[in-house]
Amino acid sequence: MNKNHRVPSSRSLNAVEVKSKFGAEFRRFSLDRSKPGRFDEFYGLLQHVHRIPNVELLVGYADVHGDLLPINNDDNYHKAISTANPLLRLFLQRKEEADHGTFGTDSLTRKKNTVLSAVLLRPDHNKKKPPVIISLPKDFRPVSSIIDVDILPETHRRVRLYKHGQEKPLGFYIRDGSSVRVTPQGLEKVPGIFISRLVPGGLAESTGLLAVNDEVLEVNGIEVGGKSLDQVTDMMIANSHNLIITVKPANQRNNIVRSGVGGGGGAASGSSGRSSDSSASYYGYSSHSAAASIPPHIIQNFPVGELESDEDEEDLVIEAGGEAEPIRHMASNHSMSSLPRYEPHLNLRTATTSTFSINTNGTLPTSGSSSSLSNIKATTPSPDRAMERGSLEEDGTVITL
Amino acid sequence: MRAFLEVGIVLYTLVSVLGSFVKTVEHGFPHQPSALGYSPSLKLLAIGTRSGAIKLYGSPGVEFMGLHDENAAVTQVHFMPHQVELVTLLDDNSLHMWTLRGHNGLSELLEIGRFTLTGPPGVTAVLAHSSGELLLLGTEGGHVFVVEVPGFRELEERNISLDQVSSRNLEHVEALQENPVDPDQVIIGYGRGLMVIWDLEKKLAIQHIPATQQLESVCWTEDGKYILSSHSDGSYCRWMVGGQDMNEEEKSDIPYGHFPCKAISKIVQLPTEEGPPFLLFSGGMPRASYGDRHCITVIHGKTHVALDFTSRIIDFFVIRDGPQRTDPSALVVLVEEELVVIDLQTEGWPIIQTPYLVPLHSSAITCSHHVSTIPLKLWERILAAGKHQNAHYSKKPWPITGGQNLAPDPPQRDLLLTGHEDGTVRFWDASGVCLYPMYKLSTAGVFHTDADPNDNMNQGTEGEWPPFRKVGCFDPYSDDPRLGIQKIHLCKYSGYLTVAGTAGQILMLELNDEAAEQTVEAKVVDLLQGQEGFRWKGHTQLDIQEDPVMFPAGFQPFAVVQCQPPAVVTALTLHSEWKLIAFGTSHGFGLYDYQQKNSVLIKCTLNPSDQLAMEGPLSRVKSIKKSLRQSFRRIRRSRVSLRKQHLQEANARLEAELAEMELAPVQRKIEARSSDDSFTGLVRTLYFADTFLSDSSHNTPSLWAGTNGGCVFAYMLRLPSVEHRADEPVTAQLSKEIQLMHRAPVVGIVVLDGHGAPLPEPLEVAHDLARAPDMQGSHHLLVVSEEQFKVFTLPKVSAKMKLKLTAVDGSRVRRVGMAWFGSSRTEDYGESGLLVLTNQGDVHVVSLPHVKMQVQYPCIRREDVSGIASCVFTKHGQGFYLISPSEFERFSLSTRCVVEPRCLVEAPLHSGCSNQHQSQPDGASSTHRYINLEVSLFSSLNMKSANCIYKKRVKRQRSGLVDLSVNMAV
Repeated sequence: MNKNHRVPSSRSLNAVEVKSKFGAEFRRFSLDRSKPGRFDEFYGLLQHVHRIPNVELLVGYADVHGDLLPINNDDNYHKAISTANPLLRLFLQRKEEADHGTFGTDSLTRKKNTVLSAVLLRPDHNKKKPPVIISLPKDFRPVSSIIDVDILPETHRRVRLYKHGQEKPLGFYIRDGSSVRVTPQGLEKVPGIFISRLVPGGLAESTGLLAVNDEVLEVNGIEVGGKSLDQVTDMMIANSHNLIITVKPANQRNNIVRSGVGGGGGAASGSSGRSSDSSASYYGYSSHSAAASIPPHIIQNFPVGELESDEDEEDLVIEAGGEAEPIRHMASNHSMSSLPRYEPHLNLRTATTSTFSINTNGTLPTSGSSSSLSNIKATTPSPDRAMERGSLEEDGTVITL
Repeated sequence: MRAFLEVGIVLYTLVSVLGSFVKTVEHGFPHQPSALGYSPSLKLLAIGTRSGAIKLYGSPGVEFMGLHDENAAVTQVHFMPHQVELVTLLDDNSLHMWTLRGHNGLSELLEIGRFTLTGPPGVTAVLAHSSGELLLLGTEGGHVFVVEVPGFRELEERNISLDQVSSRNLEHVEALQENPVDPDQVIIGYGRGLMVIWDLEKKLAIQHIPATQQLESVCWTEDGKYILSSHSDGSYCRWMVGGQDMNEEEKSDIPYGHFPCKAISKIVQLPTEEGPPFLLFSGGMPRASYGDRHCITVIHGKTHVALDFTSRIIDFFVIRDGPQRTDPSALVVLVEEELVVIDLQTEGWPIIQTPYLVPLHSSAITCSHHVSTIPLKLWERILAAGKHQNAHYSKKPWPITGGQNLAPDPPQRDLLLTGHEDGTVRFWDASGVCLYPMYKLSTAGVFHTDADPNDNMNQGTEGEWPPFRKVGCFDPYSDDPRLGIQKIHLCKYSGYLTVAGTAGQILMLELNDEAAEQTVEAKVVDLLQGQEGFRWKGHTQLDIQEDPVMFPAGFQPFAVVQCQPPAVVTALTLHSEWKLIAFGTSHGFGLYDYQQKNSVLIKCTLNPSDQLAMEGPLSRVKSIKKSLRQSFRRIRRSRVSLRKQHLQEANARLEAELAEMELAPVQRKIEARSSDDSFTGLVRTLYFADTFLSDSSHNTPSLWAGTNGGCVFAYMLRLPSVEHRADEPVTAQLSKEIQLMHRAPVVGIVVLDGHGAPLPEPLEVAHDLARAPDMQGSHHLLVVSEEQFKVFTLPKVSAKMKLKLTAVDGSRVRRVGMAWFGSSRTEDYGESGLLVLTNQGDVHVVSLPHVKMQVQYPCIRREDVSGIASCVFTKHGQGFYLISPSEFERFSLSTRCVVEPRCLVEAPLHSGCSNQHQSQPDGASSTHRYINLEVSLFSSLNMKSANCIYKKRVKRQRSGLVDLSVNMAV
């Protein structure tokens, strides 16, 4: 089913048809798929063909899922070109008029249901799903991710929550409980820590990766076994800006299979639970109705190296001028963001690490023989990349509290 | 690489040479004492506690401690006459034999045997026979068992069964006493009242004494001619010991009679060389009017005093001396909360001040502060001030003099200051094993309080009957809780002291050797600084006495700062060189110049959106009050319902409640800290430093403040030159503000000099007692939050190193202190380290300046929150924490500074074989020349057994000797 879209086989021509819409006007032209050029050249071309040389534009395109996605850098431009199949439909807006909310999944579906769904939508697409709004790429930041899928047992899930700079509360509670472990002596009941409650609208709930009664096994790589509830609470709060918790989900049906479905080579953990697990995952990846329920960020799209990113947890230092009066600073204490003079000591990562990170992304779904998997992946790197860039600015705003 | 090597060396030295962890000694009064014993021959006192501990005390510095494996209360302690053994009876009905055994020239307390009577009857009375070989055990069933010690072999043929004595049911054996002149005769007192004199040799009853009242105690007079019995109706009787049974008591009296009286629980009569005998008894008070008093009555000739104690009497005994060792010299009374010793030979029977076992909690301890190496001058002045206060104590030396204290003189003079709920600060000599009270400072005189100053405890009305006399210092009732002391800072070089209390009061005090009348100047400081919408709902501020107040010699207040709102002072520091104090509350902090007596700086740290603080911090207390009230109501209701309903129903409800609790388990919210959290503005720590705050070439005085919300403020201070200090103003300018990203409370701020050593204390360098700080290299700022240790560069504050604690193991910093660890091997080598106590009760040593975790020892149970909160560290790697409201446990992380009891108790020479040169007690003197050698080995041993816990120390393996031989072979 996917292959119809994904592999243009014979029709794979070297030219990409472009249909660009600005207001009520259409322009059609073509580009060389192998040499798309840079985004700013493309942007100039658009201004040229529409004859609007001095108009600031927002460029959007309809991707294979019918989502309106933005083009504003080389990465997502190349992605748009490479996935154009065969027509690249562009939607241009004046920047000042731009409705940022237009980008998002299902955004086109909603408006152009009749046109696009016939061509692009999967027949089994869940139409009742409320649209997920995707903001501009510069606003993209990671919210959560599943990491280390390749090294963890299938029954475990390592979730990273990016509290960094968000107003959203982490929003979960933990409790004491007991879990059953398999030991050489047989089954043994041991005390454990469990998620007891998710706050509606909180970060934890919004990720969909954590659920009530999931057992917490590790916090930022440190096992919680033998630690009291208060200790684990303090550990989590101490790591709250970049919390990585490894859980054993209470619901084991949505687990990720790290090896390919068809390969059958993932026998490393030939547990009894595997058959059911893998079938569940097969379902998750092969049909896109499940893709709607499992958010695309289940793929590890952030570099492992970023685990150390708590180093950008930097303290704010305000250097007072020589004649600063106490009273003025008393006020400034509570409105640091408005204070112009601050020196955030940032450990900004260079762009090299971010490009590296994109490369390392591929390591996770290496055996992604399932084409749909790479299909999802294909959509993600652009925001990812944007995030990397955005995080530079991000740190600044975070620092200002 | 170089840095790595350095760290490696630090690690090596700290662990192997500089540090170990030992709990050394417990100071103060044992919690919940339950039994008292005394050995006149050893001159040792023994106290058993409800938690199964047994503690022995002799002359100051001589103390031993043992712990029964059973966690049962000690109900009786008996020394074997003329021996170093003692027997304890626990309330699980087991008997334990302990001995003081010499080892390496020191004595240690060891349990050497245990015994439980077979069969159900519980032991009610124990008599350690003067032969030292027999133990007589009276039981609930009325039988008396004779047991041979130390082997605990039951001598069945000598048992005194009930039917040998009487055919009636006589209830349990209440008392067993030996005839002082004929060791073969014992008197057995039964619960119903009957007493029987029994001959152990002939195995027959000599005499029956038919008392009719419930028996409480029996005493055989010194000459063996009379027997005194005390009874539950408050009467006592005197019986003549004669050849034949008699039916009439010779004398019977109810001393506080007419109306029904409470039981006389113990009675003793002691003769004097010349003059009338002493009669002492406890209890016997008129039930209705004085039934709640805890009294011991002493009658000597015409003198009759009812000593009125503030807590329940456990037991008492009388020490006797004089040429024949007969004259009663001191009465020793163990009450629930203190040990009181009364001099019976001085007119007026004054109290002898106890050198140990002092009730630290005579008013509840609210804070403590330790100052090491006090200069001799200040020490003597404090002692002199304390002497004035102790005028009412007896001049007699401490009468319990057993054992020899072999501990070397403490290398330095250390002071422990405890702040109390009643507004007093007590100064303790904490240099050695005995925590000796030196001086007591009361701050209440500065204020108008509700208490009536003429309300003197010792004043009794004339002609009152019974003739009460209040004794003891345990007084748990605080007249005004606002007086409570929260923070103390003493400058040992200048003698300036600052104390801060519950109602936002900060007192500056100066040591004056003369009593003086002073008017105390008060300065009100508004910490809100115009912050609006705040309404303080807590207590009011204290009212200052406006008239001049007469202050006795000692520390006398000369300035008072009152914070407004009058919240608890949460941080306090003093810089005596700059003559400044800094103080903080939950609303902000201030800087006060105590020379010019004006405030230099006021800073409000309150977050305007902090709802809880806006309501006033006491709303929390209110909710506690509310919940207390609710729970009392619940208790009352449940009592009522218990009466009304059947027990089963109550149980069912309890089960349902339990089930409900299981349904809703304890859960913890996981949320990042935010600036809107409550009490973020609470000032946790204040610090003065002379460092590079603005540029790297000029060091300036600075003030640092850390808040609960992870914020650090740094102020640059400008001090006028010395000649203009009195008239030019001191100024402070905000220089830096650091908001820690993790927002955890800042609990400590230290500036490290160019060598990575913490800056010395004020005046320390001026007195040539510390090396001047290195001002050439760059300084560093160490900020200790509850979650991590962070080192910043100065003057430009950028993060250099950090050590995360909470993120790694979930524990949080509760107490932190700087310590200098001297090496036990070389005299002149030492390192500074950071001592940290976590909320898990673990002590960590963190090396400086690299902030590397070095060692970790479990110290306090994590559930013991008050113990953890009470911990103070000394500058030399020791620490104190409260193990009960009345006891400090002392621990040491340093090998050089170990204060622990080292004492020797020699077996008494039995009068019968005094000319026969008894073998030296456990070879003490024969090994004497080895002692020095072994002492040094001992300290190295200490080092190896890092986790050796004091309570087990009595059972320490004898590896010392092994080491010795090995060493000699080498």
